[in-house]
Amino acid sequence: MSITVIVQKHSMLVFSVFSVVKNWRLTEMQVQSMFFKRTASIKLDDAVLQHNMKKARSKFVDGRAKGMLDLDNLEDIRTAAAAIRDRALANLDAYLIEFERNAVRRGAQVHWAETAAEANRIVLDIARKNHIKKITKSKSMVTEEIGLNDELAKAGIEVVETDLGEYILQLAGEPPSHIVAPAMHKSKEQVADLFVQHHHKPRLTDISAMTREAREALRGHFLGADMGISGANFVIAESGTTLTVTNEGNADMVTTLPRIHVVVTGIEKVIGTMEDFATLIRLLPRSAVGQSIANYLTLTTGIKAPDEKEGPEQMHIVFIDAGRTKFVGGELQPMLRCIRCGACMNHCPVYQNIGGHAYGWVYPGPMGSILTPTYVGIENAGDLPNAATFCGECAVVCPVKIPLPDLMRKLREKQFDLALRPWSERMAIRAWGFAVQRPRFYALMSRLGARFGAWLGGRKKLIHRLPGLDGWTHGRDMPAPTGKTFRELYRARRAGRA
Amino acid sequence: MGARENILARIRKLQGRGGLTTQAELDQVRAAIAEHRAGPLPSMPWSDVVARFREQCERLLTTHDEAVSVNDVPDAVARYLQEHSLQTGVAGWPEFAALDWQGAGIAYANRPANGDDATGITGCFCAIAETGTLLLLGGAATPKVTALLPDTHITVVRKERIVRTMEDAFALMRAEIGEPPRATFFISGPSRTADIEQTIVIGAHGPYRVHVVLI
Repeated sequence: MSITVIVQKHSMLVFSVFSVVKNWRLTEMQVQSMFFKRTASIKLDDAVLQHNMKKARSKFVDGRAKGMLDLDNLEDIRTAAAAIRDRALANLDAYLIEFERNAVRRGAQVHWAETAAEANRIVLDIARKNHIKKITKSKSMVTEEIGLNDELAKAGIEVVETDLGEYILQLAGEPPSHIVAPAMHKSKEQVADLFVQHHHKPRLTDISAMTREAREALRGHFLGADMGISGANFVIAESGTTLTVTNEGNADMVTTLPRIHVVVTGIEKVIGTMEDFATLIRLLPRSAVGQSIANYLTLTTGIKAPDEKEGPEQMHIVFIDAGRTKFVGGELQPMLRCIRCGACMNHCPVYQNIGGHAYGWVYPGPMGSILTPTYVGIENAGDLPNAATFCGECAVVCPVKIPLPDLMRKLREKQFDLALRPWSERMAIRAWGFAVQRPRFYALMSRLGARFGAWLGGRKKLIHRLPGLDGWTHGRDMPAPTGKTFRELYRARRAGRA
Repeated sequence: MGARENILARIRKLQGRGGLTTQAELDQVRAAIAEHRAGPLPSMPWSDVVARFREQCERLLTTHDEAVSVNDVPDAVARYLQEHSLQTGVAGWPEFAALDWQGAGIAYANRPANGDDATGITGCFCAIAETGTLLLLGGAATPKVTALLPDTHITVVRKERIVRTMEDAFALMRAEIGEPPRATFFISGPSRTADIEQTIVIGAHGPYRVHVVLI
């Protein structure tokens, strides 16, 4: 089934889906994952996207491989990293309480939200109470998840994304397509057009010059904002510290310059100690982009001291559930180890071909295929656990050893049990299940299938069209079987040897 | 019940523990934290931390120079500014305000840098040889903005303050300061981005140049 997803190029409903995708706003209510198959087809036909994706692929994959060469005990470090995450997750409530105690002791205020709407309301209340006019943000997937920017904009507050990629997407009115490199689907020409439109300056196509132009455009916002919103890569229980990892230094600005700092993060991000962080940070930037370390590791703890001339007077930390506890305690709990490096998508053959937007929500690639169905309901993201070739590369590169293909398989089983897959697919799986439990019948059926396939293939031994399963042969030929089953060939070989 | 109680109760129920978080569980977590257990380190086939630090700085595009003592820092800074045709006005931490900047032809403003300062001068708490990283601890006398807003950031690193790993840096911080201050930040080379076509560009939002003066 999974291969069909990649290669199917249905043209039906192309136009209507295209308009949906174009007007996509990330709110909890508007998950577009149901359109995966159709959107994937559109993305396969998008020449610019295909070009941009191909360019990025080798940079991420080769970069990671090279970055890992420094770590001669990579497996030990991965095992330790998984254990660090598991330790906190196994006692998540106690770790969160310990974090809260220390954060409060240092002057921060800790808030809790069960839903996206509740989290948005908390942040909006903080902004209103403090008469906030302008907010700068550093990149946060959690705030994409809850649609925070739209809620703040609706209240008349100016929100400026400051990560260059997110800034570009804010100008374009598009969601990110990658969690680390959100604008990777855009070419520099597309970015140049956006800058002309919004900066009203002569068109630049030199990437350094364009970056400088964006830097100059954002400087004023950094210095003029009265509130900064960041996410957190981790929060450290021992000291009540939240931390962000960036290359640009924008999180440093956002957490230092405004008078109020709001951290919006998931309840699963807690770790015990700074030593735990030191282990994880050996893996995070290497897994993401192959860097031995990110340029800025920004640890923030509490509010400014009375004698300090910089730093926030208020620090708020908003912990969000919004579906995370659906992973707790069950067989999907290992997913909560995720440190959001993006290696799974960078190495996924499906993602490499269609990019992030086809997945229809914040988290693309293998991680999205598990997070999205669980967060927003498996009935709203039917194709995602099937959007895989099960090549297993995502599990191989995952820095915290999440068995991603196994988790997708569990979701597929759940879909089957809930009768969420198409009738024909379920019948086919049931029929297969019936056959494999009856060896003689199975042998007969496979003999018939092999003969029929060989006949279909003809002299060229290629099947152009499989009746009833044309998804497999749409756009490519299937090599025909030889006409003999494995058992027949095996028996013949043993007889020959004897 | 509020969101906090609901979330915590849900976690416990789903993990088969039920009820409220017990004092014993909290004590157990605190005891585990108090161990500050370090994870496995990669083998580091180098023993000279200063040489390793220099080498890693180069990898990160951090430039470096050497001064005999702290009194020679103004001359080293002047040399660097001249080489790069940069303005001679700098804003810096109080730690270095008493040095003879005038003699080196530099106007040293003893205050936090603002958006108009071209160069910021800071010290650092310690530096990490493994990755060529600087650890700065923000405070009234060590403002973070000075390392962040100017186009050029010059840091003075004392060789005896170069440790091997981040684990060592945290241990040193714990021993000398206790808890992490509000702004605890690691800098590894100049600000960069690769958000347009995965092409690395130096100077995204922070400094274009990071220069280390080793003493």
